[in-house]
Amino acid sequence: MPEVLKAPLVVEFPFTRSLGPVQSAFLTGLRERVVLGVKTADGRTLVPPVEYDPVTAEDLDELVEVAPTGTVTTWAWNHEPRRGQPLDTPFAWALVRLDGADTALLHALDAPGPDAVRTGMRVRVRWAAQRTGAITDIACFEPYDGDRPQIAGHDGRFEDMVTGIVAPARLDYVYSPGRAQSAYIDSLSSRRTVGERCPSCRKVYVPPRGACPTCGVITSEQVEVGPRGTVTTYCIVNIKARNLDIEVPYVYAHIALDGADLALHGRIGGIPYDQVRMGLRVEPVWTEGGRHPDHYRPTGEPDAEYDTYKELL
Amino acid sequence: MSKEPVAVVGIGQTKHVAARRDVSIAGLVREAAGRALADAELTWADIDAVVIGKAPDFFEGVMMPELYLADALGAVGKPMLRVHTAGSVGGSTALVATNLIAGRVHGTVLTLAYEKQSESNAMWGLSLPIPFQQPLLAGAGGFFAPHVRAYMRRTGAPDTVGSLVAYKDRRNALKNPYAHLHEHDITLEKVQASPMLWDPIRYSETCPSSDGACAMILTDRAGAARSPRPPAWLHGGAMRSEPTLFAGKDCVSPQAGKDCAADVYRQAGIADPRRDIDAVEMYVPFSWYEPMWLENLGFAEEGEGWKLTESGVTELDGDLPVNMSGGVLSTNPIGASGMIRFAEAALQVRGQAGEHQVEGARRVLGHAYGGGSQFFSMWLVGAESPTS
Repeated sequence: MPEVLKAPLVVEFPFTRSLGPVQSAFLTGLRERVVLGVKTADGRTLVPPVEYDPVTAEDLDELVEVAPTGTVTTWAWNHEPRRGQPLDTPFAWALVRLDGADTALLHALDAPGPDAVRTGMRVRVRWAAQRTGAITDIACFEPYDGDRPQIAGHDGRFEDMVTGIVAPARLDYVYSPGRAQSAYIDSLSSRRTVGERCPSCRKVYVPPRGACPTCGVITSEQVEVGPRGTVTTYCIVNIKARNLDIEVPYVYAHIALDGADLALHGRIGGIPYDQVRMGLRVEPVWTEGGRHPDHYRPTGEPDAEYDTYKELL
Repeated sequence: MSKEPVAVVGIGQTKHVAARRDVSIAGLVREAAGRALADAELTWADIDAVVIGKAPDFFEGVMMPELYLADALGAVGKPMLRVHTAGSVGGSTALVATNLIAGRVHGTVLTLAYEKQSESNAMWGLSLPIPFQQPLLAGAGGFFAPHVRAYMRRTGAPDTVGSLVAYKDRRNALKNPYAHLHEHDITLEKVQASPMLWDPIRYSETCPSSDGACAMILTDRAGAARSPRPPAWLHGGAMRSEPTLFAGKDCVSPQAGKDCAADVYRQAGIADPRRDIDAVEMYVPFSWYEPMWLENLGFAEEGEGWKLTESGVTELDGDLPVNMSGGVLSTNPIGASGMIRFAEAALQVRGQAGEHQVEGARRVLGHAYGGGSQFFSMWLVGAESPTS
């Protein structure tokens, strides 16, 4: 039995965020080295600020400035900083209640080691040199023994407000297609298409999934299908996809390989796109080193009768 | 013990647009929820639980957004549930909320669904570069276009039917102030002249990408008695699923859709949907899905759905109006799209649909589907209480 395949799958995207009035003021404030909280109906000051009162659910809009100094309320040591974290040397994740605030803000605390951090310790903001209106405008917190500084009492109105941010996201996976798909891919390397037959309904699945989605039983009997097949339905794609190296227009088709009970999807070539039709008989065309057939081309046989493939659209 | 009757007493939507850059996601959902509360003349304190739905978290990249949205929806200290069933989610979200009332778990529930597509990338979210797979296609249109061709082949429908649907829905949208697309200069010729994207689907026969939210207040019999405006009553609701692809799947008219409709009709005592139902708001992201769903939902015999469209039966002033709001073809904040269908059905039987009101609508079906035609959710609402 061939080895089960594995490969990295990286999913990443730069998401945009519209901020709304409260977060807009908060992040613009950070750019100007001003930390803002929001006043709730019961008189508390929440930092970071939120748009809606967690007790009454009413809108919140009274922004108040708090000090860039505060007290650690709890923390955890991060031995091995990972990609994208605020510091690249070990640091503490800390909840810091800034002077004037009733809630704590999560950020990094730069300290020489876990022995130098304790709940109740005094810290202050270390501002980033380049600030853009983002939470990273606070580079981190650092230990601080000095006095609580005077604050001007900013009301959150600034010139040139930040209204949106870009939040890059990245997820690293190890992807495995599993036993059945691995065997299918292995067969393709010798240019054979091998599906699996359900022991219950006897349908042949190509590509196989390892189980029959209708009967819910494991499939294991391997069945070679094709190589020829019938175009059961199709569309003509006129949009060039960013991530695909295929010239438009091209035909994207459902192809029922001979012996398969489910159509697979492929591109049709070797025939003008506007002459492709339902029932067209096709065969795979391989390119050197290709993992899959590059496309399917007409075999020259007469078209299949509609009744022979109408259940395989 | 019988089920508690369920009533819709508040409906709120945002004006759906391509991009709401002035609000956060929280601000967007808040706007719809606030309008639904105002319609019901209730406050946050009157809500017992919140049921929220949206399409995959991948779209906006906010994982488990319901946690962050609890305070915006007044859910702090209350039960909050998140539902996800791909494009049908707006419908299934409303049905989960419905069941909480029908089962007498809660008296009054806020249900809401949204999508902020301008901050998301649905194309990317649906087309991950899965290792060992051959990348062939990007976008939902290419996935559904072969099924449309299969429908045309199966029924012999003339190839103009899709353009008739798009032309009708875009004109209906002009009467709906919340619809995204307001194409004042739309003509049938323009629809038919628009470029083929995924032949047989033209540009004008596809849905837009929208930012929007839709909210409803559902309540029990006692809550309905206090309602300042006529409620819409639930007469039947159901969900069904099937795999995306399996040997024998009918992609043109999926069995799960037929079964879901049959369940709803049984609950509501509908013997002949074409005769007994006054209007339908169905999930049509590509124009040809109107005739396809007309058959799947039992409004026409197999192969005959396109004739209803072609003969004008589904026009706003026709005998069976379809997509009075302008439909998904005019507004598509994906996660909210199913709930907008359900809400439109409720607006119609409450007599509150404004310029797109169907005269005398007493029983209206709301329909949603999602994924690769694998999730279905539907409800039938009426102007009268099911017990009366």
